Amino acid sequence: MTIADIQRPHPSPTPRNLESKPRPSDRIFRGIVALGGFSSLIILGLIAGYLFLRGFSILQSEGLSFITGYEWVSSINSDGSEGAAQSTYGVGAMLIGTLVTAAIALVIGVPVSVFAALYLTFFAPQRIKRVLVTVVDLMAAFPSILFGLWGLYVLMEPGMYVAELLNKYLGWIPIFAVPVPVFLRSPFIAGLVLAVMIIPIVTAVSREIFAQTPLDRIQAAYALGASKWAMIKNVAFPYSYSGVVGGAMLGLGRAMGETVAVFTVLNILYQANFKILLGAGGNLASHIILKFGEASEEEIKALMAAGFVLFLMTLAVNMLANVIVNKTGRRGR
Amino acid sequence: MTPVTAVSPIKPWRPTRRDYIVQCGILVGSFLASYLVIENTGFAGRLPLVIFFGIFAITSLAILSGMKRGKEAAKDAVMAGAAYTGIFALLLPVASILWTVTSRGTAAIYSGFFTTDMSQDPFSSTLDVGGIKHALIGTIWLIVIALIISVPLGILTALYLTEIKGPGSALIRFLVQAMSGIPSIVAGLFIYSALISGTGRGFSGFMGALALSILMIPTVARTAEEVLKLVPPDLREAGLALGATQWKTVALVVIPAAKSGLVTAVILGVARIAGETAPLLFTTGGADDTNLNPFDGNMGSIPFYIWKALIDGSPEAASRAWAGIFILMLAVLALFALARFLSRAKIVK
Repeated sequence: MTIADIQRPHPSPTPRNLESKPRPSDRIFRGIVALGGFSSLIILGLIAGYLFLRGFSILQSEGLSFITGYEWVSSINSDGSEGAAQSTYGVGAMLIGTLVTAAIALVIGVPVSVFAALYLTFFAPQRIKRVLVTVVDLMAAFPSILFGLWGLYVLMEPGMYVAELLNKYLGWIPIFAVPVPVFLRSPFIAGLVLAVMIIPIVTAVSREIFAQTPLDRIQAAYALGASKWAMIKNVAFPYSYSGVVGGAMLGLGRAMGETVAVFTVLNILYQANFKILLGAGGNLASHIILKFGEASEEEIKALMAAGFVLFLMTLAVNMLANVIVNKTGRRGR
Repeated sequence: MTPVTAVSPIKPWRPTRRDYIVQCGILVGSFLASYLVIENTGFAGRLPLVIFFGIFAITSLAILSGMKRGKEAAKDAVMAGAAYTGIFALLLPVASILWTVTSRGTAAIYSGFFTTDMSQDPFSSTLDVGGIKHALIGTIWLIVIALIISVPLGILTALYLTEIKGPGSALIRFLVQAMSGIPSIVAGLFIYSALISGTGRGFSGFMGALALSILMIPTVARTAEEVLKLVPPDLREAGLALGATQWKTVALVVIPAAKSGLVTAVILGVARIAGETAPLLFTTGGADDTNLNPFDGNMGSIPFYIWKALIDGSPEAASRAWAGIFILMLAVLALFALARFLSRAKIVK
């Protein structure tokens, strides 16, 4: 019997076409998911659009002086009566306040976070590490009003103690000088609270970046007789430098947009205060909260414009930070 | 028969008992020295004690290892000290916060605290009247509505990024990351400017929930994306190979596989918004009486309750603020424990 003798049950199959077009159910599914997927794009667009639209008249009349101006005077009170002669809106003083408090937070918070992340990555035993990582996550989830309340009632006293010391011994540096010895509710203490608030996020990002240091290089460093610090300095730091910078910028974005904690701790006064130990100052977000309650229609518009500026600033910082962190993260893997 | 002696491994790099004793001695000595400094100079209080202790301990440990093993070892000891200081400086505020909130948070809580509201009593009244019933109801409404809005959107975003990988995935991922960093006050200001200001509509719980959703969506989306990425591609391929459409594969295979992780994502989202205060100040109006209708009229909430108590400034109001924070913190801790428990269960499976 040969192969040719086998009776084929059917004639040989005709070629057929395969469809790669998704079925209707899939097309509906994909449409819905895409719609949901683009929600964040839509929301961000709407936020920028509405705040810009509402604040446009103020931005137009003030021009660049909305950013650089140091005066915030409303000519109409909230009850409609005439106030000051002419209204001017400039958020310059509060922009400076925002940058000053955020800078203090970074100067204090970033070193603490980096060293804490070093401890978690290279020093901590496995079991302790797992607990501490949970603690850091938990700290990041604490509401900001909790930090505010804690800052006001608990941190104020040691904060003032440190401020007095700084003023006593470093008072010849202009930023530590105070014209009157009022140390209560100063930008320095607000910066301390912000530092505590950004520590969890900076620590978490730094830890993840440090953990991506390639093990073979770590072991190579040890094999060459490096001490732990020599290894960290020559292997881990160069590898994760930009990622840690990105993490610090995420912290910066958070510190710049913080509202309730700063409002609670800081003595909000509309002035550009570089003397960080003096109890006066503010930031953009806390200024918006302060003025919102008693604002006239026109002033509300100015506050929207201020919100728009704040939105753009934090968005820019965050985007830059994410670009840096993502780049480092990909290289690490 | 010659007796066989078991060889026990030696670990020459491990610190010996003598090293431990010397180190303990140094720590005790530094503590005593810093105590003496505090007693005999102008510095007073616990904070300088801790600082001096740190300085003394790190320098003496560095000198010790420097004498034993040279300059590099001394540097190493200083930096190890810095790492320990860093984690200490991180844990100190957490411990302080937990301790303060627990010790001060219970003063204002009495039998009727959860069953009365503040409509009859000002925040400065004695601590045996008034309560947070209105705030509890308000916060629950806010969270429920925010969940209804942001869970579908957040999970759909994650599905778009992991399952469809459609055009613009990279952009969306980037925007979601950026969105999780927008200040909460901007979310409140946006809802106010778009839906309340100039429209004749007043404050309501629903508006607050909308503002909170803006903050919740990115948290849910990012965590959900991480979870969906962990679902092995084999499962998806198996679903498709059985002839299921993509929709059926996602609904019947991928989502059930990632279920506990998705629940964790939702819980973390709730933890993110439960204590948000700033957006509520622009949107909910913060009532003192119980309002059961989230679509009409001012609505109280626990963060707003704390805010009002804080603004009031009297000692009784401060106690009320701490009580509100205490309840909020318990809620966040409980949510966190739940999320941990669920994500652990997933690993075991």
